[in-house]
Amino acid sequence: MVTLGDYLIVSGILFAIGFAGVMLRRNLIIIFMSLELMLNAANLSLVAFSRFHVQPNGLPNYNAQVFVFFIITVAAAEVAVGLAIIVALFRARQTTNVEDITSLKF
Amino acid sequence: MPPFLFWIFALLMLVFGAAVVINRNPIASALNLVVSFLGLAALFMSLDAFFVGIIQVLIYAGAIMVLFLFIIMLLDLRAEKLRKINWLASAGGIAVALVLLTQILYVIGNLKAAQQTFPPLARSTIDDVRNVGLVLFGNYNLPFQIIGILVLVATIGIVLLSRRELR
Repeated sequence: MVTLGDYLIVSGILFAIGFAGVMLRRNLIIIFMSLELMLNAANLSLVAFSRFHVQPNGLPNYNAQVFVFFIITVAAAEVAVGLAIIVALFRARQTTNVEDITSLKF
Repeated sequence: MPPFLFWIFALLMLVFGAAVVINRNPIASALNLVVSFLGLAALFMSLDAFFVGIIQVLIYAGAIMVLFLFIIMLLDLRAEKLRKINWLASAGGIAVALVLLTQILYVIGNLKAAQQTFPPLARSTIDDVRNVGLVLFGNYNLPFQIIGILVLVATIGIVLLSRRELR
């Protein structure tokens, strides 16, 4: 049988993949996609805990699923604003590589 | 859901998730991310969270990834392929990610509840959307309205950012 730990391990590996993407890649858009991977890893463990904590009436705990709904909504807003910023940046600098955008560096 | 289906979808999600990071072509990365999200939606459905699985497909694999592909094709990011890889920085990044993964696995290994299987539900078919909606519009009514304001602010922000005379 599949245990809660299996879902949590899969979620942890997915989070680590997203984190590695943020650390390794130098392209802003790929970094953004890796952020989405990390958000989804958190969603997976939330839904796993929602199914694990079955309430006395025999239903899953829906608080976690509402939380996942909020996360998806905020992620959608974040992606829209972030991509608009990337397009504005590209218009000004003609690049999406983080190594070329170092104006705030000492 | 039978265990082998769980492992197939989990493996699908992880392999295509890793392909997002490994691929050098941004369009291929975005398409890999779509497949990864579809695998994740299947995992949500295996946890009896049908509503969350459906909005994962509709919003993530549908709307957000189309936005990503649209921007990637608009910006025409072919020059990125020619850059050479900084191997020292890559090794450092992989090492930090592996340390994080080890910590996560250690915490999960020490969690008592992680060994248990999922308790059965009262019925095999649950009207998921209705239950989520009841909680969403009952207990979480104020946060829901705040989220609405957030989306409105994001929309206005995008319009402001996209203006031509932005300095």
